[in-house]
Amino acid sequence: MSSPDIGYLRQNRRVSKVASTTLRDSFSVSLTVGAYGVAFGAAAVANGFSVLQSCLLSLLTFSGASQFAVVGVMGAGGNPISAIATASLLGVRNGLYGVIMAPRLKVRGIKRIITAQITIDESTGVALNQESRGEDAMHHGFYLTGFGVFIFWNLFTLAGALGAQAMGDIRAWGLDAAVPAAFLGLVWPRLITKRDRIIAISAVALALALTPILPAGLPIIATAFIAIAVGLRP
Amino acid sequence: MSALWIATIGTSVIAFLLKYSGHSIPERFLANPKIQRINALIPIALLSALVGVQTLTEKSSLIIDHRLAGVGVAIIALFLKAPFPVVVLSAAITSAAIYNWF
Repeated sequence: MSSPDIGYLRQNRRVSKVASTTLRDSFSVSLTVGAYGVAFGAAAVANGFSVLQSCLLSLLTFSGASQFAVVGVMGAGGNPISAIATASLLGVRNGLYGVIMAPRLKVRGIKRIITAQITIDESTGVALNQESRGEDAMHHGFYLTGFGVFIFWNLFTLAGALGAQAMGDIRAWGLDAAVPAAFLGLVWPRLITKRDRIIAISAVALALALTPILPAGLPIIATAFIAIAVGLRP
Repeated sequence: MSALWIATIGTSVIAFLLKYSGHSIPERFLANPKIQRINALIPIALLSALVGVQTLTEKSSLIIDHRLAGVGVAIIALFLKAPFPVVVLSAAITSAAIYNWF
């Protein structure tokens, strides 16, 4: 019969080892992704948003692609409805992450509200990655990454917004090219198959072709139909 | 309320409702593989369209200027598997250089 003490120690050591791995994964993801907030804060101010509005978007919307979309569409002269619609189409995937995470996290009330707010690409990704290490590691991974990205993303947003505000003529600093380059950096890792690349190129072509015809913002939303048409095919 | 405030608040409210609804609706509702596939493709279309519009348009006209050079360098950087900050900075430096000196 094995000593319960040894079993306890072993288990304890295993738990602390899992925690340090989870902590390391969560922290590195949080810092790396959070630093993108500089690009967002700068992009928001470059597109006419105030520092306060930029920071509120990061605090309340807290979803990178949606935030870039709303400032992009407004910057292109779009009306708020098309900006909100574009951002919301990009936010649907957070809802899908919620569907995946809800049965795993099982939270209610105020905890569910907070959990929902930090349900994003990164928290879901790290949590599912840690799942093989046990339920505790998955929980830790989700919340450490969610709160970690939240803190860094908001701090870096403020820094980027203040930096861009101090620049004056954003074109002289290349910010008007840095913004589309940042979008490109977001979409590039998603272009895996030939079909993905065809969608990307078709979307650029369609949006440009519609720009002289439709009010600003609509050419961007219109490209969602390309995704729907391709997705509906068997 | 200004258009920018409507966009800021409206986007934030819907973003939260989308996140919260995911935690509250039954899983089978979104289990449809077609919904999942469309959802994976939508960011590709919308983000690519944004790249095109932000690079090549000014108001409602198409225009080629310093921004295209910056984004062109960003594409090269991405092909060379450069990290995100390098991609963004190389685009900014290229575009700023052309804007300031030509």
